[in-house]
Amino acid sequence: MSGNKEALLSKKNVKLLKEPFNDNNPITVQVLGVCSALAITVQLKPAIVMAISVMAVLAVANVVISLMRNLIPSRIRIIVQLVVVASLVILVDQVLKAFVYDVSKELSVFVGLIITNCIIMGRLEAFAMAQTPWKSFLDGLGNAAGYGNILIIVAFCRELFGSGTIYGYPIVEKIGLYNLGYENNGMMLLPPMALIIVGIGIWIQRSRNKSLIEPK
Amino acid sequence: MDINKNTYTFQFAGIMVVVVAALLSAAAISLKPFQDRNVELEKKQNILASVGITVERDSAEKVYADNIKKEVLLDANGNEIEGSAFDVDLAKELKKDREDQQFPLFINEADGTTRYIIPLRGKGLWGPIWGYLALEEDLNTVYGAVFDHKTETPGLGAEINKESFQEPFKGKTIFEGSELVSIKVAKGGTTAQDYHKVDAISGGTVTSDGVTDMLKERLSNYLTYFEKLQANAKPTAEAAPAIAPEIEETNTDSTQTIN
Repeated sequence: MSGNKEALLSKKNVKLLKEPFNDNNPITVQVLGVCSALAITVQLKPAIVMAISVMAVLAVANVVISLMRNLIPSRIRIIVQLVVVASLVILVDQVLKAFVYDVSKELSVFVGLIITNCIIMGRLEAFAMAQTPWKSFLDGLGNAAGYGNILIIVAFCRELFGSGTIYGYPIVEKIGLYNLGYENNGMMLLPPMALIIVGIGIWIQRSRNKSLIEPK
Repeated sequence: MDINKNTYTFQFAGIMVVVVAALLSAAAISLKPFQDRNVELEKKQNILASVGITVERDSAEKVYADNIKKEVLLDANGNEIEGSAFDVDLAKELKKDREDQQFPLFINEADGTTRYIIPLRGKGLWGPIWGYLALEEDLNTVYGAVFDHKTETPGLGAEINKESFQEPFKGKTIFEGSELVSIKVAKGGTTAQDYHKVDAISGGTVTSDGVTDMLKERLSNYLTYFEKLQANAKPTAEAAPAIAPEIEETNTDSTQTIN
């Protein structure tokens, strides 16, 4: 414990929340968690549910690891992190199955995917192992939100152009674009397009924020 | 205390494992009754959905009791046997040899007609897929179908549990003459005249093929029972599952009106 008294939402702490949205986004800047960003962004709904679940798991895991950080033997720290994340995910899954069965069906495989999300391990190892619980909590929330933000943007594009719907609502059909000869782009439904959209996102972000471009 | 000593590491790992195991098993055991209840209610909801009755989870129990008049359990030779058809776990049955399997069948009686609901289970791309196919009294025309899956890809294979995939099954027929041709989930578009085909899902080929295989395999197990039913219904007619031409004719009409 560092001992110095700091306001709960001091500038530094707010920065922990905000940075992952832009300058330190886990997907577009650190390029972590891309695997799940490809897998579950065909539709908006699972993407949103995934974003919320990752937020819950990452925030809690960060706090737990941060509380134990002075007790964890460094040689088995990765295993300990993995056990904490996996237990949390299983616990969440069991509770969902028992009380909100429909949501748990919606999540299906993704709950398991959370365990393997590199962002979670990355934050535990890089942040929670060395910081106080409150800061770790904020860092967890911020990073998960930054991740979810990209997930939702990608899912929005893919669902709109791939299926012509937004959150299941057939927007393109209602506007009447199909009558003008418009067709859905089936390619959008396949994983490679997610990679391309993430790529375009990275491009836009770096062209606006030159400090992110690595020196040659 | 030196937290990098071997003994400490082992102690830490040991305690962690015990704590985590206790926590998770406690959670699993205490939540099991709730989970089983959800699964059971969902099964009832699905069976009801195949005959066009959509109910909330909470009322599924009662509506099921009102609508599903009979549950039949069959052996491989189409004989009715003792046992609870509802409790049969197809996942376990499918692992047995065909001769040892039990085949549940649910019978719905409503609006003066009888409908036969066949539970289905097969393989998708990533895991199991299952569903219920409701047949009209002629044991040929599909009244409705529901499908579901465990781990298919959202937007692709997972679309089998959507209305848009299940709706076209209505009015399709599973026999061509007296031969079981089942219903194929086919690529490349289908028309109202394709009585044995429905549109596949783009990008979900393996799941679609899984549905085709599942239908064919499961339906083939009920053929002898269907023959018996038809022989009983029409004592003068031949015992073969003869789908009389005029019945076929009426099917044609109903299909067209549905489409």
